[in-house]
Amino acid sequence: MIQIENLTKIFHSAAGEVTALREVSFSIEDGDVFGIIGMSGAGKSTLLRCLSMLEQPTSGRILLDGVDLASLRGKQLLAARRRMGVVFQGYHLLMQKSVRENVAFPLRLAGVRRAEREARVDELLELVGLADKANAYPAQLSGGQRQRVAIARALATNPQVLLCDEPTSALDPLTTRQVLELLRELNQRLGVTIVVITHEIAVVREICNKVAVIDAAQFAEGGRTDEIFAKPASSITRLLLGVEGGRKHA
Amino acid sequence: MLETILSLKGVLLEGLGATLYMVAGSTIFSYLLGLPLGVLLYTTGKGGIHENLPLNRALGWIVNIGRSIPFIILIIALIPFTRLVAGKAIGPTAAIVPLVIGAAPFVARLVEQSLQEVDTGVIEAAKCMGATRLQIILQVLLGESLPSLIRGLSITAITLIGYSAMAGTVGAGGLGDIAIRYGYYRYQTEVMLFTILLLVLLVCLIQFLFGFTANRIDKRNRS
Ligand SMILES: Nc1ncnc2c1ncn2[C@@H]1O[C@H](COP(=O)(O)OP(=O)(O)OP(=O)(O)O)[C@@H](O)[C@H]1O
Ligand SMILES: [Mg+2]
Repeated sequence: MIQIENLTKIFHSAAGEVTALREVSFSIEDGDVFGIIGMSGAGKSTLLRCLSMLEQPTSGRILLDGVDLASLRGKQLLAARRRMGVVFQGYHLLMQKSVRENVAFPLRLAGVRRAEREARVDELLELVGLADKANAYPAQLSGGQRQRVAIARALATNPQVLLCDEPTSALDPLTTRQVLELLRELNQRLGVTIVVITHEIAVVREICNKVAVIDAAQFAEGGRTDEIFAKPASSITRLLLGVEGGRKHA
Repeated sequence: MLETILSLKGVLLEGLGATLYMVAGSTIFSYLLGLPLGVLLYTTGKGGIHENLPLNRALGWIVNIGRSIPFIILIIALIPFTRLVAGKAIGPTAAIVPLVIGAAPFVARLVEQSLQEVDTGVIEAAKCMGATRLQIILQVLLGESLPSLIRGLSITAITLIGYSAMAGTVGAGGLGDIAIRYGYYRYQTEVMLFTILLLVLLVCLIQFLFGFTANRIDKRNRS
């Protein structure tokens, strides 16, 4: 379970202060496929970067199974990182390494032995449907295939949570459907909690059982997807849904 | 012309050997110094995995000063140090000392540039996978920039051919020394031209071999 409590993130730049997140609180339960949706610039990626410990919160806490992520150091920090797989928007694959080596990479970092590593990689590539591309290099793959490699790599260390930033925004409708299908299947077969960051309402509708709506750095509303979408309480949700009565957004 | 060259075969071969020895030796040692320095320049920089701006600035200064001293002056200025390290100030082995000191800062900048080409997103991804800083340096930074590092290696070796010829004129031996002794002092222009030809061939060979290797191993090429 992930609890986000009063999370605030302020960036200080030459142009001045930017509050990317203001007093955001909600929790993600084990086994959820959790959607975080909002307009561009709402603070979604910042939230993901805080969850994946790439950014330190300015204030507030993120608890993973009751443990404050900010309190982790050294070995415990590395261990916590291995419990959360991250799929980045730009995939961020190692371009000089083959698909197989990319997926094996987190295992190598963790010191898993070669034979065990190879077996696990085969299993993962099978799972994401890329067994035939094991020896290809990222430059030789399509966007959807790269996305699958990134997903397989993020799953390598058997994380309990998979964080995905805009997993489908660069993909065509058919490939989007396949990737979402894969995420749903991973959730059901492995029981892994999935957090999906997106600006597309269709993605949430398709796979998320729960959703949090972020608007202008703040938590607008959240809960079960079917309930929220049936009775949107905030104007930003209505706007995202394209329902009448949504306020005009700049 | 051919007769003169043939009569000097022994001298030329020895000169070529000395040049190759100086270039290979100084390339190796300048990377032993320059590669860690270049990595440090990169990792201590803003947003780097060992961010330390005072250290970064200090290293940057050292490298810039090293790079701005003309090589011919460096050779002379380093004579006492060269004696200390190599036991003598003359000959190919002694020449390696100033060659390394001259090239290491250059190598550091080349390495830094190669590392800057690595996508920072990949470094963050490795962090999220639980990579230690050493693992990030060895497996992500150096691994991902290998083709670029090899291209830098070829630039270094070629620059060192030029430097070694310069060192040759002040007693290091090698092809530069032959060009001066025979071509300049004895007016044997054909010997001068021949040494130039040898140097050009050497440069082309290095350029070709390293360029070929770099392209060969660069997996960003689709085929
Ligand atoms: N490192 C940073 N320094 C300064 N400002 C930042 C930084 N990162 C993000 N911001 C600002 O924080 C705000 C939220 O950015 P964020 O990337 O989280 O938005 P987002 O919801 O992911 O948007 P998008 O859908 O366009 O990806 C933006 O105003 C952005 O300019
Ligand atoms: Mg974003």
